[in-house]
Amino acid sequence: MMAFLKLLARNRLALAGLIVIGMVVVLALITPLLPLADPDVTDTPNRFKPPFSEGAILGTDHLGRDLLSRLMWGTRLSLAMGLAAAIIAATIGSAIGIIAGYYGGRTDNIIMRGVDMLMAFPYILLALAIVAALGPGLMNALIAVAAVNVPFFARNIRGITVGIAHKEFVDAARLAGMRDREIIVAEVLPNVLPVIVIAMSTTVGWMILETAGLSFLGLGSQPPQADLGSMLGEARSALITNPHTSIVPGAMILIIVMAINLLGDGVRDALDPRLKSGALSRPMPATTVDRQGAVPAAKTESLLDIAGLRTEFRVRDRLYKAVSGVDLHVEKGECLGIIGESGSGKSVTALSVMGLVASPPGVITGGAVHFDGKEIIGAPYEVLRSLRGRRVAYIFQDPLATLHPLYKVGDQLIEAIQSHDSVSSADARSRAIGLLKSVRIPNAESRIESYPYEMSGGMRQRVGIAMALANNPDVIIADEPTTALDVTVQAQILSVLSDLRRERGLAIIFITHDFGVVGQLCDRVAVMYAGQIVEEGPTAAVLRNPQHPYTSRLIDCVPTLGGGQRKLSAIPGLPPVVDNLPVGCAFAERCDKAHADCRAGPVELVKTEEARKTRCLFPEVVSERSA
Amino acid sequence: MTEAIKLTGLSKSFPVGKRLFGPPKAMVHAVEPLDLTVKIGETLGIVGESGCGKSTLAKMLVGLLPPTTGQIEIEGAVLDNADPAIFGKRIQYVFQDPISSLNPRKTIRQIMEVPLRRLHNLDKTARAARIREIFAAVNLREEFLDRYPHEFSGGQAQRIGIARALAAEARILILDEPVSALDVSVQAQVLNLLADLKKEFGLTYLFISHDLAVVEAVSDRVAVLYFGAIVEVGAARDIFANPRHPYTALLAQSAPEVGRPIAAPETAETELPDPMSPPLGCAFNERCAFASDRCRREKPALAADGSGRDFACFNPLAASQEDG
Ligand SMILES: Nc1ncnc2c1ncn2[C@@H]1O[C@H](COP(=O)(O)OP(=O)(O)OP(=O)(O)O)[C@@H](O)[C@H]1O
Ligand code: SF4
Ligand code: SF4
Ligand SMILES: [Mg+2]
Repeated sequence: MMAFLKLLARNRLALAGLIVIGMVVVLALITPLLPLADPDVTDTPNRFKPPFSEGAILGTDHLGRDLLSRLMWGTRLSLAMGLAAAIIAATIGSAIGIIAGYYGGRTDNIIMRGVDMLMAFPYILLALAIVAALGPGLMNALIAVAAVNVPFFARNIRGITVGIAHKEFVDAARLAGMRDREIIVAEVLPNVLPVIVIAMSTTVGWMILETAGLSFLGLGSQPPQADLGSMLGEARSALITNPHTSIVPGAMILIIVMAINLLGDGVRDALDPRLKSGALSRPMPATTVDRQGAVPAAKTESLLDIAGLRTEFRVRDRLYKAVSGVDLHVEKGECLGIIGESGSGKSVTALSVMGLVASPPGVITGGAVHFDGKEIIGAPYEVLRSLRGRRVAYIFQDPLATLHPLYKVGDQLIEAIQSHDSVSSADARSRAIGLLKSVRIPNAESRIESYPYEMSGGMRQRVGIAMALANNPDVIIADEPTTALDVTVQAQILSVLSDLRRERGLAIIFITHDFGVVGQLCDRVAVMYAGQIVEEGPTAAVLRNPQHPYTSRLIDCVPTLGGGQRKLSAIPGLPPVVDNLPVGCAFAERCDKAHADCRAGPVELVKTEEARKTRCLFPEVVSERSA
Repeated sequence: MTEAIKLTGLSKSFPVGKRLFGPPKAMVHAVEPLDLTVKIGETLGIVGESGCGKSTLAKMLVGLLPPTTGQIEIEGAVLDNADPAIFGKRIQYVFQDPISSLNPRKTIRQIMEVPLRRLHNLDKTARAARIREIFAAVNLREEFLDRYPHEFSGGQAQRIGIARALAAEARILILDEPVSALDVSVQAQVLNLLADLKKEFGLTYLFISHDLAVVEAVSDRVAVLYFGAIVEVGAARDIFANPRHPYTALLAQSAPEVGRPIAAPETAETELPDPMSPPLGCAFNERCAFASDRCRREKPALAADGSGRDFACFNPLAASQEDG
């Protein structure tokens, strides 16, 4: 709650809205206590007195009634009406939405068709029709405004509820013996409540306006009772001669609605968890670079050379050092594996290469990436853009990250080809078919007409690879491309990648957490832990005799087929959180060889053998692991 | 009674192309009628590709999905879906995604209390005592009880999920991919905990996973599911080493293994069959190197081979020497 208020207060406009509407509400609440004239007593001789006249600060209206008093009482009534309508609409609408969304199936179908039908009518027409049917009057106007807003709530809340009703915790509650009604109240409702509050705070202003509108037309509050709408309506005929009678209620409506809407937007932003991580702020086209210190030179002559890369996430008062000084290189025709557990910084390393880390919050704070001899971290955006896709292509775990769901895969491939290469559509098409064939999509000529959703996960991932190949890149960076796939499909994708590398001399950086995959596909492997490379070397050598205790323990954790029923080894504890890294070895907490020296200061990545490096003061002895 | 779970002719079909009124356009058979038993104290592993019906089967066993045909017996009593409070005490479920199986707006204590209150009618002090016991059993610190789910790592959250299942005091646990969302170094922590709990409380497990190596490491017997049907069942120690059904062999070959060269184990045209138009005969025939004409006409039935292995295939792979 405190965090929520703080967030709200950071939004200046919302804070202003809160203050203004707070004052209005307080004034409305204390109106009966104030020494005001009776709002309904007519005094025709004193009609249309201008503002600031004796005994009537805001003047009087066409019947000589005190405008200030009418304004205060009218505001009170309008606020109450708007709020009541919002509460009624939210309660009924949310109840309908929750029931439809939770039960689904036919219940949902019938309810939502009814709601759709209501929504098909123009909004104000519907309200007018309802009042016309019920007859004019305050209560009926309230009912009409609430009724026309019910579908809005029903629709929104249903959408949210459908998502929640399929969450596993709802199933879990059922298995713990809870009935539907209890589940709705105790499990679903707390999760939709914030959305209801958001929906209410963004609509209550409009509902005040709508009730005022009905009163303006004489369908709401009846004379002599004042509300802001009826005051405006009665002042209409004197608009030119005595404008103050219109301006007074008009200004109040404007103030209320503006303040409420500003506040409502603030509440929405503060309650929407996506905003908390800064995700809704507009991302930059390339990762922000804020390099401290000198730009390191390339360490090797390789096609792609990463030297001393540091990438951080600056989230409010926290600093997550996702990548802290990574050196890597990959040659033409080589496959480099990056292996490590979730959160070790594999993806951030890969995305930093082409400046694809989301900024904010991501910032590259150090290091260099040389591609084909040229430094590209500090390069202008145009340079990066011309390299992206054309020379360095990515394949992601979820192919839908690169495939648009609503376009045919063929058209997307053709567009990718033509965006970097001006070739005719017919040529591009035949190249697209060729690409689909090269990733072994059966019936490529007809599959080119398919939409992504018509394909299985494995097929889509092959299209993802075809997209990456579209412009004959030199380097492919594949971030867990097979993690979401079945083993049989994974085997196919790996063999496609392995052949492409041989045939086209592609350099591949393959990110995974699976030693089996690394062992089959990669020439060299780098093991990451807490944002650093802890071991690097030829795959076979690293897997056969790992030198870093983490690598060695991790390999032991992986069950292999053919071992029979057995106890598996585990590494106790958890990896450190990267916003609070220890000064010494990051693995020390979990390492059984940890020594005081390990914790004393940073441990360097040092060469241990030809082509092998390890970041450990007490590396494993070669003979420890046989086989 | 030695059977924890006994399934007879259990199947599930889902309607597709639902209309507002009247019958749906078609039915998809997610699980074909199957018979299966799990003995008390046993761990039965279930493997198969995504979409083969693993989770549908598991959800029927705990009553989250009503079966289309067939019967489920849990510890000798027929499961009737009417009352979750009764079978919740016999059989419980551990979910794949540990975080999303915990309500983000409740504290761990509130989550743990539900089964104790609803299924066992314990009062407040009894609940607190029981929660303490269970947390000790799954190696969780009591101070976690007043925190919210998002404050936990995947491995910790999965242990909370297991603790909740234990709170119901069910003797049978359905573990639906319990470690596939976890890192390898943490995966083993959870698997070893499950092994210890099984010994301590005499539990029976149905362990669903797509990771053959994990299944082999924890199971006594393994059932291989393909396209909604069991194609092979046998002892975990030799089913992948000596598969009889060609599909089991394909799975075993596809598992990535250090040192084995990459080879696409089958031709690229092969995808799972379309559930809307299931193939005639053996569901595997389009992907099978041993398919004969008979396989395209007739559906093979699951049958025992006399050595404790059941498989559904007309042209099985040869049994190895030791198998006899
Ligand atoms: N947008 C972000 N805001 C804040 N922190 C982030 C963001 N993205 C990543 N991080 C942090 O950076 C660190 C490295 O994350 P990264 O995604 O590179 O890990 P990974 O090794 O790819 O893990 P996985 O195996 O789960 O994909 C993590 O601690 C993560 O929490
Ligand atoms: S440096 Fe020390 S603590 Fe770190 S891995 Fe090596 S032995 Fe273990
Ligand atoms: S029955 Fe025929 S098609 Fe099916 S698995 Fe056996 S040999 Fe292959
Ligand atoms: Mg990643």
